[in-house]
Amino acid sequence: MPDSTSIKQNEEAHWRKTSRLMFTHLGIWFFFGFVIHMFVKPLNNIVIPILGFPLGFYMAAQGSLIAFVVMLFVFAKQQDKIDREFGFAEED
Amino acid sequence: MATQGAATSDFIKNLGRMYGTYTGGFLAFIILLALLEQVGVPNKILGYFFVFFTLAVYAIIGVMTRTAEVSEYYVAGRRVPAFYNGMATGADWMSAASFVGMAGTLFLLGYDGLAWVLGWTGGFVLVSILIGPYLRKFGAYTVPDFLSFRYGGNFARSLGVIVLVACSFTYVTAQIYGTGIIASRFLGMQFELAVFAGLVGILLCAMLGGMRAVTWTQIAQYIVLIIAYLTPIVILSTMKYGIPIPELTYGQAIVDITAREQQMLATGLATPAALKPHIQPFINYSPLNFFAIIMCMMVGTASLPHILMRYFTTPSVREARQSVAWSLFFIFLLYFSAPAYAAFSKLEVYTNIIGRDLSAIRPWLFSWGELGLIQICGKDASSIDAVIAACKAIAGHPGVVRLQDFVINTDVIVLSTPEIAGLPYVISGLVAAGGLAAALSTADGLLLAIANALSHDIYYKMIDPNAPTIRRLTVARALLVGVAVVAAATAATKPGDILAMVGWAFSLAMAGNFPALVMGVWWKRTTAAGAICGIIAGFGLCLFYLVTTRYFPGAGVKYFGMTSLLNPVTGAPVVDIAKAMALPNAMESFPTLAHPLANKVGWFNLNNIACGLLGAPLGFLTIVVVSLLGKEPSREMQAYVDEIRKPRGRTVLEEKTT
Repeated sequence: MPDSTSIKQNEEAHWRKTSRLMFTHLGIWFFFGFVIHMFVKPLNNIVIPILGFPLGFYMAAQGSLIAFVVMLFVFAKQQDKIDREFGFAEED
Repeated sequence: MATQGAATSDFIKNLGRMYGTYTGGFLAFIILLALLEQVGVPNKILGYFFVFFTLAVYAIIGVMTRTAEVSEYYVAGRRVPAFYNGMATGADWMSAASFVGMAGTLFLLGYDGLAWVLGWTGGFVLVSILIGPYLRKFGAYTVPDFLSFRYGGNFARSLGVIVLVACSFTYVTAQIYGTGIIASRFLGMQFELAVFAGLVGILLCAMLGGMRAVTWTQIAQYIVLIIAYLTPIVILSTMKYGIPIPELTYGQAIVDITAREQQMLATGLATPAALKPHIQPFINYSPLNFFAIIMCMMVGTASLPHILMRYFTTPSVREARQSVAWSLFFIFLLYFSAPAYAAFSKLEVYTNIIGRDLSAIRPWLFSWGELGLIQICGKDASSIDAVIAACKAIAGHPGVVRLQDFVINTDVIVLSTPEIAGLPYVISGLVAAGGLAAALSTADGLLLAIANALSHDIYYKMIDPNAPTIRRLTVARALLVGVAVVAAATAATKPGDILAMVGWAFSLAMAGNFPALVMGVWWKRTTAAGAICGIIAGFGLCLFYLVTTRYFPGAGVKYFGMTSLLNPVTGAPVVDIAKAMALPNAMESFPTLAHPLANKVGWFNLNNIACGLLGAPLGFLTIVVVSLLGKEPSREMQAYVDEIRKPRGRTVLEEKTT
């Protein structure tokens, strides 16, 4: 049944791309959630001009939070694009 | 039912106008009360106006959106647009602890407190990329619905219900406790009475309309809470730095705090032991515990049923994803402002309280001192005379307030900021209304999660699958009232542990739900036996660690090789185990917090609040090992998993809805 195999292949390709996107975002999440804060002490030596925040403190108080919000909007767009590419998106 | 469909789409179309009008009306109401204050209406009356007007609005929305349809009751008919669901999730998520407690924690802990800010935001990334949209496609009413379908029936379902109740019940009790505190402080009501008044408010919102009513009231509550949270610090920032964006100007406050810290040390107003520099990391939590808390709160977010079920209400999988993004945006508005609150009030305390002559202490402080929330020189600061007497008793006291003399309860920071800044009382009333909105909205969501698990999963799915709609909804409502009354009765006893237990909820959810949910979607090979063993092992280990370190610390040391936690700065043990074990009460069970070992022992120097970090990896490992030992799941089940992964098409689970 060529038809069902092609559906299967389509499904697998869609899931491969979806997984790759997931791991990319998981990586960025880990970076902003953890990695960057491991360097808080050296980062605190950098002071953001005008505002006066030490950079390490700023990243935990605002920087990472902004990154998370932006990531989520971008992810929603990217995943929707993948779903559309393989014809798995819902009708608008 | 074409007419009803048209009416609903009209309703959705008009949401912007309705909530716009509502917001405008609320602002007009604040201005009206400000005018009333100017003409001399007493504070207490203003407080009553705020609380009862907002409660009445929530109740009206709750009653107007009542429903007799099952799918409306459980998932708001799956019609809530992404943007509004985001707002509702924001209110669902931000509890009394976020609104009232967060800024206070940051005030006390400085940089280390940011672990909570990070932990309570970043988890939404995991919700969106790993779990939420897939559960929406699956078409569940509750989280245990998914576990039951994917993992072969009612045993997995009951485990899901146990995990859900374990992590939601203490949480909801803490919210009701919060409403009691706020109402008793601002209305002068008796605490127990205030608790039950809050209960009525919660029930009016949730009982008649279930998820549908909770959704539309949570949006109204979000609007109140965010206006209430931002108004005082926007005014403060404008007064101090001339720019109404506190999130930018508090950088300057931090610079000033750091300078003042040095000055206090130099002038003897603070000892190095009492002073914890605001921006210095890892002096309250060791780096391990700092990152462990972030991890547990984030993963816990992605596993808490009352949050996941909000994404069951969107019209599509696509909107579920967008909705997670909007949720975090609305949550972010509050969380990135909390450190500003902390910085402004810390600067105020450091410059206007520390170093002040005892006889010149400003009077706002005493109303909190009377409640035992502010202490000076070791005694409640209830009046000038009490403070002077208490400090006289300390040998060599210089007669001015020193840092080590001053103790403030973390809850006071947000609630007292308007008074500290000398703002009119109307702002204080507004803050109280906001705190109440935060506590009520979270309580609604949690109660609904618990009552739905009991009515849908236990009653309908396990006891009487043939129950007619009317009986299902009657049972659902009766259980909602029952759970609410039990939670309120628990809160009225003012249990000391309850607030700490909110943190436990995240770890328990993480250990119990996360591995089974993630693997159920992302690894087709996961078998029912694997998942069931995984839930039991992960949740069991986490619960064991919590209960042992808190309630049986002696046994933990004697039988399970636990050792003392370490001081994050010096690395020395926080208790002398040998000495404590020699005490007569060492092996006592259910000891008070004063017990030398309670919450102070553990494995690997890991704080018990982060026990999810032990449980979740064990859960994953167990799932993989047991699944590989067993037979691959049926072809049919694997096909269902494929269905969940594709947004297009029907939901996997089709409920009888009428």
